[in-house]
Amino acid sequence: MINAQIQLGIIDYVIMGIYVLSVLGIGWTLKRYMKTSTDFFMSGRSIPAWITGLAFISANLGALELVGMAASGAKYGIATSHFYWVGAIPAMVFLAVFMMPFYYGSKARSVPEYLKLRFDERVRCLNSISFAVMTLFASGVSMNALAKLLNQLLGWRYDASLWICSAVVLVYVLKGGLTSAIYTEVLQFFMIVLGFAPVVYLGMKDIGGWDKLTAILGNVSQNPEKISLNTKAFEPEAWTSAWQPLFGGSANNPMGVDIFAMVFGLGFVLSFGYWCTNFLVVQRAMAAKNMSAARRTPLIAAIPKMIFPVLVILPGMIAAALAFTAKDNYRLPPVIIKNLPAIVKMVKAPASENPAISVEDIRKAVGLKMSEAKIFAVLSEAKTLTDDEIAVKLQDAVTENDYDGVILSLVKKYCPTGLLGLALTALLASFMSGMAGNVTAFNTVWTYDLYQAYIAKNKSDEHYMWMGRVITVVGILLSIVCAYLVNQWANAMDIIQLVFGFVNAPLFATFLLGMFWKRATGTGAFLGLLGGTMTSALFHACTITSGNVPGIKGGYLAVVQSFPSEMAQNFWLASFAFIGCFVLTVVISLTTKQAKTDEELTGLVYSLTPKIKDSGEVWIMRPAVLGTILLIGCVILNVIFF
Amino acid sequence: MGLDLRFPIGIMFSLVGLILLVYGLMTSGDIELYRRSLGININQIWGGFLLIFGSLMLGFALKGAKSKPEDPKKQ
Repeated sequence: MINAQIQLGIIDYVIMGIYVLSVLGIGWTLKRYMKTSTDFFMSGRSIPAWITGLAFISANLGALELVGMAASGAKYGIATSHFYWVGAIPAMVFLAVFMMPFYYGSKARSVPEYLKLRFDERVRCLNSISFAVMTLFASGVSMNALAKLLNQLLGWRYDASLWICSAVVLVYVLKGGLTSAIYTEVLQFFMIVLGFAPVVYLGMKDIGGWDKLTAILGNVSQNPEKISLNTKAFEPEAWTSAWQPLFGGSANNPMGVDIFAMVFGLGFVLSFGYWCTNFLVVQRAMAAKNMSAARRTPLIAAIPKMIFPVLVILPGMIAAALAFTAKDNYRLPPVIIKNLPAIVKMVKAPASENPAISVEDIRKAVGLKMSEAKIFAVLSEAKTLTDDEIAVKLQDAVTENDYDGVILSLVKKYCPTGLLGLALTALLASFMSGMAGNVTAFNTVWTYDLYQAYIAKNKSDEHYMWMGRVITVVGILLSIVCAYLVNQWANAMDIIQLVFGFVNAPLFATFLLGMFWKRATGTGAFLGLLGGTMTSALFHACTITSGNVPGIKGGYLAVVQSFPSEMAQNFWLASFAFIGCFVLTVVISLTTKQAKTDEELTGLVYSLTPKIKDSGEVWIMRPAVLGTILLIGCVILNVIFF
Repeated sequence: MGLDLRFPIGIMFSLVGLILLVYGLMTSGDIELYRRSLGININQIWGGFLLIFGSLMLGFALKGAKSKPEDPKKQ
């Protein structure tokens, strides 16, 4: 691999080894506590709040988040923090204050089971199947990315990397169940924070501090084309202020998003839909030792979430600034040329075989945006260069940025052997715990919501525990299959994201009505959810992002509306799906009979559930007080970076 | 759950910190190695910090284990 590979020292491998031994050790130690299925699937509801809180945030802070947020930091600057201060904290506070009492207080062992208790079997079935498939793919995507990374970076074989890492995850999940996953997530949390903090520090020091960074990004905003960030020019504050560019309308910020889509689409629909209904994160809170710990879980998680932009978005901004000033010849990592050896051959071909190979021929063969001057230079010097030199120069001629490579490019730039091992271990840790988190959520939903509900009712606890272990193995094998699928067929990823986008977008409307409106009926919820999903599919079929061709990216029925960015299309899609599901559920509920009595709905619906008295706790520790403090903190951050 | 998570966190980070610290001390003055980290011996500094962090975690875990001697056995 050209300039992607890095040399690791023994010390780096030792650090990685210590981490792997630690997680295996945790699994091993926890094995003796796994006596019942409740221990295995729900950690026996015995975990203190600080651990569930950190695991809650860690389950979300997978490697894809880390890589993706740094990418967005470079592409969009500080506005990326909307995914935190608008798109996460308010929803986390809402979950803690209003929704957790229903999840933890009801007899439900999973989010789909809550839907069964509140509505009926159909809603549970729909939700559990889509969730199960989604977690498998999510874990496959995570492992595929890990295996690719190890392959590109260290030259390990893709298959070997995939199977070995999966085997490690399998061992510790099998031994310690959900507790293993939660404990290693906390370990991963500290790994990421402590592994990346020095990289961010060195980056900031290199660039010359915050004022220097914002000054350079001001220039980036006015000429982003210089580093192929964007073809348009923006106001100077486009990369350094979170809200001002949004007020200028979707054409005037690099995200291409308008204020309504940001606040309603991301801040309400997508954010509440993810944080309040996704069993992957909610499961962590449900493992807490009591109601008060369960409610504090998302609030404890919100504290690091609020300051994470420093760790995950700032590196992207640093990279953009470094690339703009071309400091030490740094550039944003280019997209890797796939068929490089063939292209090198083409360049090297003797004139007799290939008389007039042109710059355009090379560009076409590569299939990426490239600098013509650089290709021309390679062609004219080809005779005097070795194959490797040509390959390096060709790769350097690519002007398309591989934003997902930003975080690694900084790790490579700033980490000497030693620190390098720590930073890479942090990445490795987050990929593996991404798989573990998804697999533990999957095995719970499978065993409780599908197997026990439809296949084998009324079996002994040992039987379900046995099933849990079997399905953990099956789940990991299926994740590996998904990893291969995503690796072989790049479009698979787009389609999966698309379909789950359709299914997830309306989900929060169902929960909101279920928890706060006792009149919502099972039929209303079921048909509303289906209708909401269809609304998203229809919306997608009739809209497109300018620059995309109608097809998988939308607009295949007709193009009613065109959006400046895929993000805007996505936020609007979610908004429509939510409204579609909400309206349908209300209308159908009003025309159908409520099959559940008030008694059955006690503990499941707000108006029928006795309010929790927090008076036993110190006032500052009450969820409502903590939540308010967090929200105020969030507003302050938004004002500072307005 | 019976295992206090502060133990494995403490042990792991103390160990990693110690290794980085010792490696940093061994390589101090290696200009070529630390060119990347802007001439700062980041291994020594960060290793020291991780060692302190890990030891603190271990300390808290030991204190916690002492103040709650022998969990009453679960039935």
